[in-house]
Parts: sequence; structure tokens; C-alpha cells
Amino acid sequence: MSVTPTSPTSPTTPTSPTTPAASTAPTASGAPSPADAMTPIQSVRVPRSAIFVDAMVIAKRNLIRIARTPQLLVFATIQPVMFVLLFRYVFGGSINVPGISYVDYLIPGIIVQTVVFGATSTAVGLSQDMSNGIIDRFRSLPMSRSAVLAGRTIADLVRNVFVVLLMVVVGTAVGFRFHNGFIPAVVAIFVALLLGYCLSWVFALIGLSVPDPESAQLAGFLPIFPLVFASSVFTSVKSMPGWLQAFAKVQPITRAANAVRALTEGGPIATDLTWTILWSLAILAVFAPLAVRRYRKG
Amino acid sequence: MIEVEGVSKSFGPTKALVDVDMSVPIGTIQGLLGPNGAGKTTLVRILATLLAPDAGRARIAGIDVRQDPNTVRSLIGLAGQYAAVDETLTGRENLVMVGRLYRLASPLAKTRAEEALERLGLVEAADRPVKTYSGGMRRRLDLGASLVGRPRVLILDEPTTGLDPRTRLDMWAFIRDLVAQGTTVLLTTQYLEEADQLADHIVVIDRGKVIAAGTSDELKSRLGSDLIEVEVAESDLDRTTAVLSDVGCGKATIDEVRARITIPVCDPVPDLMAALRVLDKAGITPKDLGLRRPSLDDVFLALTGRTTGDEDSDAPPTTGRRSRQRAGTPA
Ligand SMILES: Nc1ncnc2c1ncn2[C@@H]1O[C@H](COP(=O)(O)OP(=O)(O)O)[C@@H](O)[C@H]1O
Ligand SMILES: [Mg+2]
Repeated sequence: MSVTPTSPTSPTTPTSPTTPAASTAPTASGAPSPADAMTPIQSVRVPRSAIFVDAMVIAKRNLIRIARTPQLLVFATIQPVMFVLLFRYVFGGSINVPGISYVDYLIPGIIVQTVVFGATSTAVGLSQDMSNGIIDRFRSLPMSRSAVLAGRTIADLVRNVFVVLLMVVVGTAVGFRFHNGFIPAVVAIFVALLLGYCLSWVFALIGLSVPDPESAQLAGFLPIFPLVFASSVFTSVKSMPGWLQAFAKVQPITRAANAVRALTEGGPIATDLTWTILWSLAILAVFAPLAVRRYRKG
Repeated sequence: MIEVEGVSKSFGPTKALVDVDMSVPIGTIQGLLGPNGAGKTTLVRILATLLAPDAGRARIAGIDVRQDPNTVRSLIGLAGQYAAVDETLTGRENLVMVGRLYRLASPLAKTRAEEALERLGLVEAADRPVKTYSGGMRRRLDLGASLVGRPRVLILDEPTTGLDPRTRLDMWAFIRDLVAQGTTVLLTTQYLEEADQLADHIVVIDRGKVIAAGTSDELKSRLGSDLIEVEVAESDLDRTTAVLSDVGCGKATIDEVRARITIPVCDPVPDLMAALRVLDKAGITPKDLGLRRPSLDDVFLALTGRTTGDEDSDAPPTTGRRSRQRAGTPA
């Protein structure tokens, strides 16, 4: 960038023989010293395009971290795999969902559950960055203010892609099949990832607001727990008591699970798909600005 | 180059900074000296645009840190009190990343990273993850990260705290070198010796207030003079104090633990001879006796009535951990 005064050819302000004299001149008056005047400082704006470049730099950094700590990825997948095994083989027999085999009912739900749990890692990751001071470094750089969060959520999205694909493989191994064609199946995965990405911004806000990564872990799971379990992820909401049903029917995770299920297995798609997208965008529209504001505030 | 006018900052009931003024000319090293909790990091964070002051103004190269923080960020390099580098990335990857975030094109960021690695002696370790680095190496890398943007103003928060003496000397040499090339440096320290060695001008702060400012020599001259230091056997301490009471021109300081008496003098040589005479007459043979220039420790003692260690035990910081607000596990 030509406006950046830290251009490669001028490492630092040139020291002239007059500098010592300038040093002793009072500067409290606010008048620029002669040395200052020699190299006028141009105001530096963060160009629009910067957010993208900066976000990619940060995303790359986070992806390297994920790749170098594969054990974290393993832990992230063990949990949904356990859920698959538990519900497929332990509880599944006693859960009755009409018109569909339980494994075909379960796996779309698990896919949604996986992306939602995956989104909580945004909170933990950001909180770790706060604790070890690297966020302070980022904040002191002339970079885009939103890029740290954008880069983090993008990296977590990429991570989610991996985990979801793995869950499809695991699901297939325990008997799940796509019954509605290739394109809807791809759309289903996209929809789940969209919800996960938008939720990442909620967790970004949480991660920036809690004092340490342990709290981030807890604070991340608290809102997620009721949302995932009072939903159609594992069973039909019709079996729930009325007051719970009222909540369970409309909340985003039920909508997403239903949409993914309809897309992969057949059935009416439009309403749930629309609601899932609306929910996702609404969450993004509310929480992304809040998270960025929180980040700016420090 | 750095101007601070009437800056105050409180955290709830804690007054971290109270009406602080400071002015750092271009191409000089400003020492900000104070014990733990004095407010050094708070001022650093304000100058680095990480924290807004409650009152007052701070400018870097004439640019207000609140009105145009982004320009300020492009002018400064910050190396915080705790190394802010990514543990999983290699040294080189860390530096390239920071270079990219300074808006350098990728090849230039790589060149700058390479330069910084060479200057800081990290070439061999460059491709190892930072988690394998020693504390000193992390500090150097952190300093390197603050240099890839070629800042005009370098802000170093306790750059040598927790380093071994040799690494500290290297760091000093490095900082001097930077200033010789025209960089302006603000350096905070708890070490009087460090400020004495490096800084052209020193501001002493204590509990958020500036309690003294000037060159190292000016601060020392506040004590007016050189000092005679006498160390005796413990049993001789009281007697020595008594016989020396007429020597010198100021109040003697008595360190009972080390059985040492320090006396300010106005005419060093005659006073020293006088001291020798009275000691000889009283038949006291000191374990050690000498004339010395006052250290900044003496200055601090004279200014606050406390030594710098009084505030708290001041445990050396564990590496990579930030104490402010949080004590989370490092990534
Ligand atoms: N974020 C914060 N919240 C509350 N108190 C703080 C915060 N940061 C610093 N302080 C307090 O402000 C005072 C000055 O702290 P600091 O600037 O870190 O001192 P130093 O760097 O000189 O050791 C201390 O009493 C410290 O506890
Ligand atoms: Mg500090």
C-alpha cells in the first residue's frame, strides 16, 4: 500500500544532524518537530479489500493450528460418533418416529448437532487468543477490525466441513442412506454449515466476553444444550409436553434438522429450509456486529 | 515523537494513571520506570491504541491515538510484557503473518521475516513451532514481530523481565542499535539499572503518578552528591553510625540487615578522608568501604521512601501468560 508510511524504502525516519537539537526542543506545544515535518505522516485507512486479505491471513493461521493439533480434531469427532452409536444402537430401538427408519432420521439430526457443537470451538479459540495476548498484538496492528473474527469463523467453518463429511461416512457405516438425490444432499450439507457458521458469531461474542478458555467452553455449551436436546435432532418433537413443543418446534436447530432431513430423505422442504436460512441470517445479522463491537472495545 | 498530556485512567476504584505527562523526542529512548503495578502497562496500552484514556491526550508523531488509531498502529511496533506470539506456528510463520497484517505483499513479508530472524539470531529455530522455544527466544521473536512493520516508534513493555543476564545484555545492544538507526523507543522497566543504561530520559512513576522525570544524571543529582558506603561487622554497626554522624552532608541510610551505612557527601575526597580518620580513631576496621555514584535505587528510595521491592514480592512472570484480568491456559 503506497499510503503506508512503513514503506520498504524508508525503514525509519531518517536521522539528520539536526535531530539532537530537535530532541531538546520542547514538543509539548504540539508543534511538529523539524524531523517530523520532513516526513509528513499520511493518514492510514484500512481499505475495504483489507478485511478479506486480513481475514484470509488469520484463517490460514487458524487452519495451520487445527492441522498441527490433530488430537483436537479427533476429540471433536469422537463426541458426535458416540452420539451416533448411542442413539443408533442403545436408545434408537425404543424411539419411534413414524414413516422413516430411525437411522435415516437420526443422522441428519446428528449432522446439525455436529455443526452446532463445532461452532462452540470459536468461543474457545478466541478466548485462548485473548489469554495469551495475541489478540493484543492483532489489535495493535493496522489491520481490519473484523478480520480476526472473520478469519476465526472461516477457519472453524472449514473445520466443520471436515467433521460433517466424516459424520456422513460414519452415518453411512451404520446404515444411513441419502434417499433424495445428490443435489438436495449437497444443499443439506450447505444448510447445516450455514447455520454452524452463523452460530460461530454467537460464540465469537461469548469467547470475547468470558475471562478464560475454560469458561468459554462452559458458556458455549450452556445455550447449546437445551437447543440441541429440545429439538427434533434425536426424536420427533411431538412426543414432548406441550409447553416444550411450542419452543422446540420453532427454534433454529429443529428447523435445520427438519430441513436437512427433508433434503436427504424426502418430504416437504420449503418451510423448514426457509426458516433455517432466515434464522441463520438473523443470528448473523445480530451477533456479527455485536461481536465486532466487543472486539473493538477491547 | 510521543506526547502524553494529562492522561488518567482508572479501573473501577484503582487509579492506574493520574494526570501523566511525558514527551519523547524523536530518535531517543524514553525509560518509564516503576515498580509492579505502577501503571506502566496501562500507559503502554493507551499508546498502542489498546485502551482509551479516561482523560488527557496521547499522540504519536502528532497523531492522536483516539482520533486516528489506525494511523498510529501503522507507526508503532509493540512488544508487550508477555510474548504475544502463536505457539503452534513456527517463528517464521509468526513473523510472516504479522508482516502480512501490516499490509506487506507476501514476498516482502517473507523478506522482512527473514531479516528479523537474522537480526535476532533465530534463523536456526525459524522453522520450529514456537512452543519449543525458550522464554528468551519467545521474547526475541515477539520483538521481531514488532519490527517487521519497520515502526518509527517502538513500544517495549518490560522487554527484559525474566531474561537471563546475558540475553538481557543482547537485548540492550539490540535496542541501542535500533535507536542508532532513528527509531524512537519507549521502554518500561522495573530495573533501575536498565533505565540508567539505556534511556536518554527517564520518567519515574509510582501508583499511577509521575514522581520524577529527567535524565539519569539529573535524577541522580537530586541526591545532590556521591555516596560513601561503609560495611562493618554487625556488632560494630551502632558505634560506626555514631562516629560517622558528623561526616558528609545529609542523612545517612542504615541497612541493618547487611550492616551497611550509606552517607551522602558534598566534597567526596575530603569527606572520605574524614570518614577514614574517625573510623581509625575509633578502632573500627570496615569490611568494605568506598565512594560511589548514587544508583537509581537510591533515587527511588529518596523519592518514595520505599525501595522498589517494597510494593510486593514481585514474582517473575511466567512466560506466555498475561496477568491482566485473565489467567487462562496458553493455547
Ligand atoms: N484491566 C484491568 N482491570 C482492573 N485493574 C487493572 C487492569 N489493568 C491494570 N489494572 C490495575 O492498574 C494498576 C496498574 O497496572 P499496570 O499498568 O499493569 O502496572 P505495571 O505494568 O506498572 O505493573 C494495577 O493496580 C493493576 O492492578
Ligand atoms: Mg506491566
